[in-house]
Amino acid sequence: MNLGSATYARRHFIDRVVRGSCVLGTVVALVPLASVLYYVLVRGIGGIDLDFFTELPKPVGEAGGGMGNAVVGTLTLVGLACLFGIPPGILAGVYLAEFGHSRFARLVRFSADVMSGVPSITVGLFVYSLVVLTTKHFSALAGGIALAILMLPMVTRTTEELLKLVPESLREAALGLGVPKWRATLRVMLRTALPGIAVGVMLSVARVAGETAPLLFTAFNNRFWSSGVDEPTASLSVNIYANAVSPYEDWHRQAWAAALVLLLTVLLLNVSARFLVRTRVRAR
Amino acid sequence: MNFDVSSRLSHESAPKRANDAEPPIGESKKASAPRSMSKTEPAAETHSRPRWDEVSVSQITPKMKAEDLHASFGSAEVIKGISLPVAEKLVTAIIGPSGCGKSTFIRCLNRMHEVVPGATTKGKVLLDEQDIYDRNVDPVRVRGRVGMVFQKPNPFPTMSIRDNVLAGLRLNGIKLRDPDGQVERALRQVALWDEVKDRLAKAGTSLSGGQQQRLCIARALALEPEVLLMDEPCSALDPIATARVEELIHELRESYTIVIVTHNMQQAARVANFTAFFYLGQLVEYNRTQVIFTRPKEQRTEDYITGRFG
Repeated sequence: MNLGSATYARRHFIDRVVRGSCVLGTVVALVPLASVLYYVLVRGIGGIDLDFFTELPKPVGEAGGGMGNAVVGTLTLVGLACLFGIPPGILAGVYLAEFGHSRFARLVRFSADVMSGVPSITVGLFVYSLVVLTTKHFSALAGGIALAILMLPMVTRTTEELLKLVPESLREAALGLGVPKWRATLRVMLRTALPGIAVGVMLSVARVAGETAPLLFTAFNNRFWSSGVDEPTASLSVNIYANAVSPYEDWHRQAWAAALVLLLTVLLLNVSARFLVRTRVRAR
Repeated sequence: MNFDVSSRLSHESAPKRANDAEPPIGESKKASAPRSMSKTEPAAETHSRPRWDEVSVSQITPKMKAEDLHASFGSAEVIKGISLPVAEKLVTAIIGPSGCGKSTFIRCLNRMHEVVPGATTKGKVLLDEQDIYDRNVDPVRVRGRVGMVFQKPNPFPTMSIRDNVLAGLRLNGIKLRDPDGQVERALRQVALWDEVKDRLAKAGTSLSGGQQQRLCIARALALEPEVLLMDEPCSALDPIATARVEELIHELRESYTIVIVTHNMQQAARVANFTAFFYLGQLVEYNRTQVIFTRPKEQRTEDYITGRFG
């Protein structure tokens, strides 16, 4: 077949144009990411020292101080979110994967998909009216619940999808050994999907760790150490917001430092999740 | 074999004799068939203990027995009323073209058929005279007594070789008295011990396909089942690995009742004492392997084993 050199020249040209636009698109997508990283790093690195992690914020006008309470607060909130979000999420995922054909299951799956698209501030409002108004005060508990609600659909759907990837032959192997279904599901199916589920969970943790909106009127904020989960609790994300809108130069510096810490935490979670995937693939 | 089989062997019934003219169980519309299958002459028949060569179908001491068994997926009936006794401590092969219900049939023998959504059964399957489809029988317990080896080797990927062998016991919550001994015994039974004894902690999936299949057989044997069902155990294996598994079947029939589904007629001829020919969900002919391969009563059997269809 010979289409003539003009046709081939045209194809060659189109090939270059398409490839060129792909490269350009990639660069355009990477520029904001790289500049955010760069900017936060440059502005934030100066504010990071030991005091940042151990000290309380100083009153306006006083130099120094840190965000130790917010660091601990974020850890507390994320910890509570994991506690409330992961177990029901995984169990719901198991339900969808194992009994996913019923009408009810389809409804659950649909709700999970809808829930993952709900604006996070709506979740914050929901928890505010449900928990904060009934307990009459802001608390880490309320914040944790709000974050857990955001995690729930992600964990559920990840668990379901990964369980579906486990070959059915393994379930048959277990059932063929006279193992009851529930035990085959937990000890063979879930166990086999676990590394992948762990990655999904870590990514969802990374996602909620940086959430601000759902914490604004649930965990609220706190200039001091919280002495319990029933008290208003500081978090890095809310502090970034609070400090950034303040008129004080010192506070701005701390906001940048907090942004950097948060960014690095999320980055670390993401990277370790990918690392986990890679080592798992290599083990095969 | 180090495995304790004395109890299994002690009640082995005395050898039985009968002539070759025993009619097959399948409906016999055709009186005789020409012997023209010299190339499928079962070469390995000489291995087997001679006394079994003389047993006829009607003299089988059944370990299991299907009675008018029907099996369906939704509205499609795949097994259309099969009655078949499975001889104790012998090998029964089931042959037939694809889609004839071979696999479905043996999956009915340990209630694995019903695991598939929409799958149903009708009729009886007796295990030691008890109907395993009886309302009071727990399918989970049936599967403990009637073990299964699948078409594709399916060791648990999250477990080591050692843990795979013990998986059945552990997952059933059975206390391990002597795990190392149990692992060694089961692996020796499948002639895998010498190949893997230095890497028991390695993943079960790190083995070759043939080794994985023998590992799966060891995993089934560790539970000490009474019957072992093998669903085309060699179809995913190369010829050398197939030979190992066939050798293994020869040894295992000393202590276990074995039902093997196979696509490969030579394999049936090599390993089985009895052979059943299935076609379109029905039992066409069932007889001693030698008879099936040399003097089949049914035209369809003959057509199949001589390669005219299927």
